[in-house]
Amino acid sequence: MNINIKASLIHTHLKQAVRLLLITVSVLAIVSCGTRETRVEEGNRLGIFHVENSAEPQSIDPHVSTGVPENNIMVALYEGLVAKHHETLEPIPGIADRWEISEDGKTYVFHIRDNAKWSNGDPITAEDFHWSWSRALDPKMGNQYAYMLFPIKNAEPFATGKLDNFDDVGVRVISEKVLEVELENPIPYFLQLLDHHAAYAVHKDSILEFGEKTDRFSKWTRPGNMITSGAFRLKDWKIYKVLKVEKNPYYWDKESVSLNEIHFYPIENFSTAERMFRVGQVHKTFEIPLNKVDVYRQESPEKFRNAPYIGTYYYQFNLSRPPFDNIKVRQALSLAIDRDTINQSVMYGIVEPAYSLTPPGAAGYQPPKLIEFNPEKAKKLLAEAGYPNGEGFPDVELLYNTNESHRKLAVAVQQMWNKHLGINVQLLNQEWKVYIASRNNLDYDIARAGWIGDVVDPINFLDLGLSSNGNNRSAYDNPEYDKMILETIPQSQTHEERLANFAKAEEMILTDLPFVPIYTYKTKYLLDPSVKGLSPNFLDHYGYKHVTLGN
Amino acid sequence: MTASNSTLNQTSTMNDIEQFESGNSLWHDAWVRLRKNKLALVSLFVLIFIGVICLLTPWIAPYGYEQQDLALGASAPSAAHWFGTDTLGRDLLTRVMYGGRVSLAVGLIATAVALTIGVTWGAIAGYTGGRVDAIMMRLVDIIYALPFMIFIVLLMVVFGRSLLLLFLAIGAVEWLTMARIVRGQVQTIRQLEFVEAAISIGLSKAAIIRRHIIPNALGPVIVYTTLTIPNVMLLEAFLSFLGLGIQPPESSWGVLIANGVESMEEYPWLLIFPGLALSIVLFSLNFLGDGLRDALDVRASKD
Amino acid sequence: MLRFILSRLLQAIPVLLVVITVTFFLVRFAPGGPFDGERKVDPSVLKALEAQYNLDQPLMSQYFSFLGDLVQGDLGPSFKYPGRSVNELIGAGFPITAELGIYAILVALLIGAIAGVFSALKPNSARDYISMSTAMIGICMPAFLLGPLLILIFGIWLEWLPVSGWGDLPGDKILPSVTLGAVYAAYVARLSRGGMLEVLSQDYIRTARAKGLPEHVVILKHGLRAGMLPVVAYLGPAFAGILSGSFVIESVFQIQGLGRFYVLAAFNRDYTLIMGCTVFLATLIIVFNLLSDVLSAYLNPRLRSQLGGK
Repeated sequence: MNINIKASLIHTHLKQAVRLLLITVSVLAIVSCGTRETRVEEGNRLGIFHVENSAEPQSIDPHVSTGVPENNIMVALYEGLVAKHHETLEPIPGIADRWEISEDGKTYVFHIRDNAKWSNGDPITAEDFHWSWSRALDPKMGNQYAYMLFPIKNAEPFATGKLDNFDDVGVRVISEKVLEVELENPIPYFLQLLDHHAAYAVHKDSILEFGEKTDRFSKWTRPGNMITSGAFRLKDWKIYKVLKVEKNPYYWDKESVSLNEIHFYPIENFSTAERMFRVGQVHKTFEIPLNKVDVYRQESPEKFRNAPYIGTYYYQFNLSRPPFDNIKVRQALSLAIDRDTINQSVMYGIVEPAYSLTPPGAAGYQPPKLIEFNPEKAKKLLAEAGYPNGEGFPDVELLYNTNESHRKLAVAVQQMWNKHLGINVQLLNQEWKVYIASRNNLDYDIARAGWIGDVVDPINFLDLGLSSNGNNRSAYDNPEYDKMILETIPQSQTHEERLANFAKAEEMILTDLPFVPIYTYKTKYLLDPSVKGLSPNFLDHYGYKHVTLGN
Repeated sequence: MTASNSTLNQTSTMNDIEQFESGNSLWHDAWVRLRKNKLALVSLFVLIFIGVICLLTPWIAPYGYEQQDLALGASAPSAAHWFGTDTLGRDLLTRVMYGGRVSLAVGLIATAVALTIGVTWGAIAGYTGGRVDAIMMRLVDIIYALPFMIFIVLLMVVFGRSLLLLFLAIGAVEWLTMARIVRGQVQTIRQLEFVEAAISIGLSKAAIIRRHIIPNALGPVIVYTTLTIPNVMLLEAFLSFLGLGIQPPESSWGVLIANGVESMEEYPWLLIFPGLALSIVLFSLNFLGDGLRDALDVRASKD
Repeated sequence: MLRFILSRLLQAIPVLLVVITVTFFLVRFAPGGPFDGERKVDPSVLKALEAQYNLDQPLMSQYFSFLGDLVQGDLGPSFKYPGRSVNELIGAGFPITAELGIYAILVALLIGAIAGVFSALKPNSARDYISMSTAMIGICMPAFLLGPLLILIFGIWLEWLPVSGWGDLPGDKILPSVTLGAVYAAYVARLSRGGMLEVLSQDYIRTARAKGLPEHVVILKHGLRAGMLPVVAYLGPAFAGILSGSFVIESVFQIQGLGRFYVLAAFNRDYTLIMGCTVFLATLIIVFNLLSDVLSAYLNPRLRSQLGGK
């Protein structure tokens, strides 16, 4: 039939159409890209720092927001009364240029610098801090970090609604530029707290212009509305796309600020972020995907930043459920975990094996190394607990939240317990919110957990073991330990005595082992070598004002 | 419509299920037509081959399923490990074989769930007609209006994850189209002579549906079933991508691929083998489905 | 026809109500609340938060006040992003998803129709197999595999196209559209192949050929128009499917569209955003299904007279 011949005519038509399409696409592609300068190169030319920031910021109201991505933006927008040195994290003058501390360590007087201004040119006053802290502590605000201000006298009763009058809280305006703060007890790390976002001052007039004082839904944080105190101010914010900040012309120290703008991109997917970094779309990523570690280490180690970070990754036991009410079982399980192998094989050596709950080095504290890997001893302890060679050990589950590296680690630990102790632990992964709920309700056997310090002080880790701490979540309740944390440590007379008491507390909790430390975190992100001055530090706190770009 | 009518005319002469099963010109013709479609035929054999391997996995897998070698880590394909090993040093061939069992099981069981609900629902609605039909099909419309993906995500989040739930959730979504197809078929068949004859001799409704309607609506159902399995397997993969799929250390092709994508540049074999396995099965099922559609001369109403 | 559309729209109201109710209670019973995080929230803070979001009210009264607000077109503030209203979020995400969807449909039509027609001309030939295999890539490979593969080839090896984003860098819309379109290309190919096969065996095509019309005129003018009918009917549901299923693409390419908002909202327990997206998408799906019914009725003379007579 001649249909086939005719049909082949159609084919040539179609073929031509396809060919045309392919050519158009390729030409388009080549024209659009080719040798154009990358966004990073453009950023270096224009002084724009492109930062991949993992998640869309929930809010940039310092009394609403809670997460790390939000904090990374807020440290650019705000400055505390006292700031942190960008390398050592020592308290340095911020909005206040000096302060006096009373003999008993309970009263602080801050002098706000004369040239401290809001990003619209208004002067920053002591009243601003007074008003802001009354907002931060207002029970109606629902501020999840209000507790950062609890060392201030009567702050806690006010924040929990037991006290109505903010005048009774230990914050007083002495004069326009002088603020006095009275503490409940002297605590050595109070100055550090003032650089936390819960303690930032917010701009009263603009907040009241767009809503009530404690309105979480207010539009005052929008570009054009928002007025801030830091080295940068909000320029633009497109949800799930980019948040831009620009240099604040009224910032007291604007001469030391080199960057013109910082752009924050919310990219939840680490692999996508890494690809963006590789093709020059961002200067910095939030985190490197595990699989890429070896590649960067071999090919461009200068781009991979892996520095100590104040955080501990641990497994916690539910002490209210057998067999974990038995201390020997807990000890046996801990002894059977080979932390060096985990670090090397599972985590590609980008963490530190943990031998204590507190990361070493916090405020000069070197915790005792009480954790070891000893399968023989583990086996013996398990037998003593009534499970020789794992016989009769009940079915238990190891809970973790859905995430590739948690999964890998859990699989590895599961095998170690199986190999050294003969017990078979099931894995259970839950989506984040479900996992949180399970832990809060003590509805688990063993759970993965992580804790990142808010301040550089061991107390921030050791108080996890307090029976009254909501973050304990393990049903660990040891009155002796509580007494140590709540009474003995605060009453320490000298820094050395305090450190010694920490070591004692650490010893107690590492013997009881409600928490089994696995590794100490390290920062693990990619940074373009053209970025200078972003110093690594223990809190992964970014001093953007010291950052310069260029080759 | 015209095409399916011709099918029905051929089948309308039979009024007995035994006769139907014992083979007749329709099914014989279909087989002859299917054999002409080489791709569909090859697909059928590929599926049988993979199915047999997955069935025999526990006896023929080269390594233990959970056997790790942390010191070895991810290694490229070799004589000892044909598909290489993953980052925990586990043999990938073994994992692909076991993963296939889960993926195929999800595909088959969820489809079976969809099939059962869909066929029953559609047959009852189509056969009863009137108000019952209207209400039943309105329900189908309601579920159609739910954004499927999110519906499943919500289900998985709310009720936690279990394999059983996964089957049910996916089946619960996939039965809708089946119900519509069957209803349409049944409505048409119901008006044909032999059914009316059956009614007149006093057969019960259930018996009529079981013995006459269902067998005659079989063509479209078979085709649609073949095409539902790959959809379900993709859905399972999607859930794995979200981290809502199968629990480790269990695995599925979807899980293996989702993990493999993350390291596709460093350890390409972790993506290539599970990816190939899934794609080959999906291609085969789709080609077989299309081949059957041509062979049985079925026009799907909505697909 | 007008009566048909009106009655379908009226029927949609109870459908929507059921969808809303099911979703509303489903998300409330999900373990974990919107304010749960790594750090346990102090009970007094939690109480204050719940008060600000009306979560301290009984569930039924929350449900009715949601319905009340909904009638007025107010979907409330987002739980996760306190400064943003759900209306605003949908307003920001939908145009982007819709744009992505339109491009994807275009890609699907282009690839699918070409492949379908191509293979229908000579069924069961190598050409048939090859073009159908190509068109089927999208449904034989998960999108979260195809997307990264395309990125790897065109973004990283060839460096032709950006690896992520939407409307950010020139050319960044190509890869997401192709990836999403590939899924639907398979269905379009299947439908147009079937449609063409059927049409080509019809009498009027034979008549046209007998009249001595050139074959490409026969196929392009007479065959294609009728053969594409099932494709047109498919477009409505396809577009609705794209809107709710674009999440993977939006996640792989980090596009700020509605699909990404929606799935993240489910994970964040952003109650209001989940509800808002559900209502919005369900409405869209209903409308698009209706549109496609009307359109295919309009294109199909037999059905048209039926509807007109109703």
